[in-house]
Amino acid sequence: MHVGLEHYLTVSFLLFSLGLLGVILRRNLLVIYMSLELMLNSANLALVSFSRFNGKLDGQVLVFFIITVAAAEVAVGLALIVALYRKRQSAHVEDLTSMKL
Amino acid sequence: MPALPDILFYVFAALTLLCGVLVVANPLSRSPVTSAMFLVLTIISMSGLFVLLHAFFLGIVQIIVYAGAVMVLFLFVIMLLDLKEEARRKFKFFGLGAGLISFAAIVFIMLKSLKSAAPDANNPAGDGDTAALGKLLFTQYTLPFEVVSVLLLVAMVGVILLCKKKLE
Repeated sequence: MHVGLEHYLTVSFLLFSLGLLGVILRRNLLVIYMSLELMLNSANLALVSFSRFNGKLDGQVLVFFIITVAAAEVAVGLALIVALYRKRQSAHVEDLTSMKL
Repeated sequence: MPALPDILFYVFAALTLLCGVLVVANPLSRSPVTSAMFLVLTIISMSGLFVLLHAFFLGIVQIIVYAGAVMVLFLFVIMLLDLKEEARRKFKFFGLGAGLISFAAIVFIMLKSLKSAAPDANNPAGDGDTAALGKLLFTQYTLPFEVVSVLLLVAMVGVILLCKKKLE
């Protein structure tokens, strides 16, 4: 069977849902963060395949910017996690309940 | 007999999804280090998919930035925090149920919308060579490019400020 746009989009959807599953299922802040990266990557895959099958390069430029922003986001997020761990001695979402009523 | 790129697509897609599953729910190990390692494998096989889509530059950038820089940062932080205790915690049954339901719902909605949209663009049109990408980046997208560099600088300043021992 000829591989077309649908195949790439299906892979991207499955990967996005896997990331969502990880965010809901896992309780460790770092693994939740990795699942977020998975979701970002699946969006990148969808954009690249759109760009390939439409014959325009703008999608690839957008992916380039997404990768840059994701790198900045990872740096800031991990710094926040480290600062949180220093204060609470835990990187586990069930221990971070001080905003609960 | 399918063509070679089609076979490679199935190989890389299967690898990507398998490693993605192992990032999220590894039955053998709960430790964040194995999740990070499988995330590296996911990203590398995804860059294979990028190369199949003729996005050569992005494939290389994916490996250098994600598998190189971002994952090293992740592993450093995992090493910095002592996460031995986290490995023992169990999955919550409620979380598993909610996660699987939302997984199924999202896959259902997206596949349904894909079917109703029925994209007819099934023949690859563009050839994403690096020279054209660079030309586009430095003509039409010059302002976003500069803004993104400022964003990286701001992120760096923020990280240094956050990681200081004591904020004045």
